[in-house]
Amino acid sequence: MSEWDEATIMNRRNFLKSAGALSWIAVGPELAFAAGSAPYDRLLVLVELKGGNDGLNTVVPYADREYYALRPRLAVPRDQVLKLDDRAGLHPSLQALMPLWGARELAIVQGVGYPQPNLSHFRSIEIWDTASDSAQYLDQGWLARVFSRNPVASDFAADGLVVGSQEMGPLSGGTTRALALADPQRFLRQADLVTDTGRSRNPALEHILKVERDIQQAASRLTVDIELKTTFPPGPFGNALKTAAQVIGGRGRVAAVKVSLNGFDTHSSQIATQSRLLQELAGGLTAFKAALVEVGKWDTTLILSYAEFGRRPKENQSGGTDHGTANAHFVLGGKVKGGLHGPPPALNRLDGNGNMAFAVDFRALYATVLERWWGLPSADILGGRYATLDVVKV
Amino acid sequence: MRDLIRVITLSWAIATAMPALGVPSPMGEDEARLLLTRTGFAATADDVRVFSRLTREQAVERLLAGARTTAVTPAPGWSSEFTSFRRLRQLPEEEKKAFLQRELVKSLELRAWWLEEMLRTPSPLTERMTLFWHNHFVSSQQKVRSPVLMYRQNTLLRRYALGRFGELLHAVSKAPAMIVFLDNASNRRGQPNENFAREVMELFTLGEGRYSETDIKEAARAFTGWSIEPDTGQFKFRPFQHDYGVKTVLGRSGNFDGDDVLDILLARPESAEFITAKLWREFVSPQPDPVEVKRVAARFRASGFDIKVALRGLLTCPALYAPENRGVLVKSPVELTVGTLQLFRVETGELTPFALLTAALGQNLFAPPNVKGWPGGEAWINSTTLLARKQFLERLFRAQEMRTEPQAMMAALRGGAGPGIRNPGKLGPEMRDRFIKALTDIHFDEQTWMAAFGGDPRAVERAVLLIEPVNPIDPGMQGMDLIRALTQDPVYQLK
Repeated sequence: MSEWDEATIMNRRNFLKSAGALSWIAVGPELAFAAGSAPYDRLLVLVELKGGNDGLNTVVPYADREYYALRPRLAVPRDQVLKLDDRAGLHPSLQALMPLWGARELAIVQGVGYPQPNLSHFRSIEIWDTASDSAQYLDQGWLARVFSRNPVASDFAADGLVVGSQEMGPLSGGTTRALALADPQRFLRQADLVTDTGRSRNPALEHILKVERDIQQAASRLTVDIELKTTFPPGPFGNALKTAAQVIGGRGRVAAVKVSLNGFDTHSSQIATQSRLLQELAGGLTAFKAALVEVGKWDTTLILSYAEFGRRPKENQSGGTDHGTANAHFVLGGKVKGGLHGPPPALNRLDGNGNMAFAVDFRALYATVLERWWGLPSADILGGRYATLDVVKV
Repeated sequence: MRDLIRVITLSWAIATAMPALGVPSPMGEDEARLLLTRTGFAATADDVRVFSRLTREQAVERLLAGARTTAVTPAPGWSSEFTSFRRLRQLPEEEKKAFLQRELVKSLELRAWWLEEMLRTPSPLTERMTLFWHNHFVSSQQKVRSPVLMYRQNTLLRRYALGRFGELLHAVSKAPAMIVFLDNASNRRGQPNENFAREVMELFTLGEGRYSETDIKEAARAFTGWSIEPDTGQFKFRPFQHDYGVKTVLGRSGNFDGDDVLDILLARPESAEFITAKLWREFVSPQPDPVEVKRVAARFRASGFDIKVALRGLLTCPALYAPENRGVLVKSPVELTVGTLQLFRVETGELTPFALLTAALGQNLFAPPNVKGWPGGEAWINSTTLLARKQFLERLFRAQEMRTEPQAMMAALRGGAGPGIRNPGKLGPEMRDRFIKALTDIHFDEQTWMAAFGGDPRAVERAVLLIEPVNPIDPGMQGMDLIRALTQDPVYQLK
């Protein structure tokens, strides 16, 4: 698989330029897609599980005795897991996701991480946001890099949208037209405060004028007056997804959306907190799917979860778990090829901190988005080649 | 008429010839305004008048001589009551909840206390430098979870704010907030935690890439045993957790402890240059001039890291006053907020609403986003924060609305402030009442403020904006309309 992908990346540029492209079309229809249509007709939605969701209690290795040995108090009992296969099962609070799993629209990637994992929330999320190596500091978010190399059409309302938070994360830096949106009605009302035009050679002033242009462009194209039949669960996460669905269903187009669900840093009393959060996650995502189906965008949306890290396999003394490394993540959408990817957790081979080794580099998820979803080259954005995952239907 | 022209020409000739003759000339109002805004929060009319008569050198000496080591604002009442971490863990669930709620209120009061100090201090430069060090030696309440420890660290940063960098580095490295924030409490012989060792090299002294991974590993061993006493919240060295073996850091070997490693880092010329360049970006322009930075850094180092020496070098540097460097820096949310209150002499009650405001604008005091601190500069401005800045100014200068619509103001002050307090209503009815009171206490006396300018809109414009507005001001504009036009102009966000 990976060799094939590498060959694809290496040759894509030539392919796109070359008139002799026919020889390549035989390789796969995915390439034809890449050349044929605008990449950002397809939308990416990132769902950040802030604080570091405990992947082991999300996708439970219920057949692994080691798991129950490491977590005498926290383990999800075998008879409560929602079985995915004979080894892995979902946390019972994720019940709402089971129809998606049944419809094979949910892919689960296990063992996602990176070499020399950093256990600081801040630093590790920065690594994820910028798609950097562990000891490398990059200024621009990975999506900002994507959009500066492969610009989004100028008639889009914005390149990317961050709903319900000000942390631009993967959209930060560069020339990205990124919009932080809390309350879209308020945004559209407040946008009247911005009326300036013109450019400046003073970079700081030009930045402000650019943000003003982005606001004006977004305000002139975004519409959020759509009445969704779908009801969303209460709370900030449900509200953010509802806002996102209204924007996606409206007339203004964007290439990427980021939403966050906070509170996964469960150093203590994890059982109650995580159950509540996972229920919020599953309920929110199910409603989001329903809304996207309603507005006819489910087949052109790919949803990807991410977090700074997973949590330590061995439970701590406070009924919680400490910062860990490798984690399980979700990929959802109408064009997703459902199923389990990545090896099951290897709980018998933990590192010096008692954490798991990663099996799938997180940048492989990004490479998958770039190549298989958007049909864009990934190596130059990600600073290297990462084997993509087979999670997107052709 | 001809006489008048001759007088003007003559005085112009004298003014331009004076520097050439070596006679130092007064800096004038424009430069005074720039210097005061860059080194403080705002340039008030009184200060501009005083400073305009000084030469650049005299003005800078006056700022440096006024530096303080303590706050004028009385400490928050709870600031000496440290709650033992150990005891907290043993509290029953209900009491713990009530305790945490009180801690939330304290952390809000702490932010308001600092804003109060910024607003009232006779030495705004001291607070700007305290804030600079807060954003350099970052610790966050989000992880430290003790307003008392954050308060203590703040007083430490102020004590050394314009003192000696080496002393500051040693002291802040042992500050309990730092020990907690960068995990040094879990850095033990045989199980080193590299968090502090990495950041002290990368972010506090040398700068990225000027050390190896081995240097970090070795230095981490030297910092083992630096811990805190859980009952008092004071620094504690635990000899049994310290690694007494030989370490090799940046080419030097020995049985180093943490202080030794800090001295090794200080001795490197990179450290003085790293700090000087960062100070340049804070006060002068986004792009440090490498030649000037080297020159100032050499003096800074030779002085034994006297921070005043570095500041004197930078603040008398011609680049600071160069026309092309005017308005090239973005006001931070705290500068915008405190500066606006100061410049317009806005009357306020307790400042908790403004603590939430700066958070909503992207600068939650005592809670920088990560160990690198607020990135600052252009990153302060995005679609949400720019609209929130404009809305704050819009509402402030519709004073009527501020007084009569505390609910709306509260809603405006909320918003995605990141982690922390999103909804003051959640802090209970007492806090809510305090909030509403604080909001109704905000008052701007437009007529008194405007009177000082004798009805000259150009004078008002010069007092409010450091560079030409994007939208030319209608010469007939007066009163609140004029103030709104000036503060809504994009260049009001710049300094």
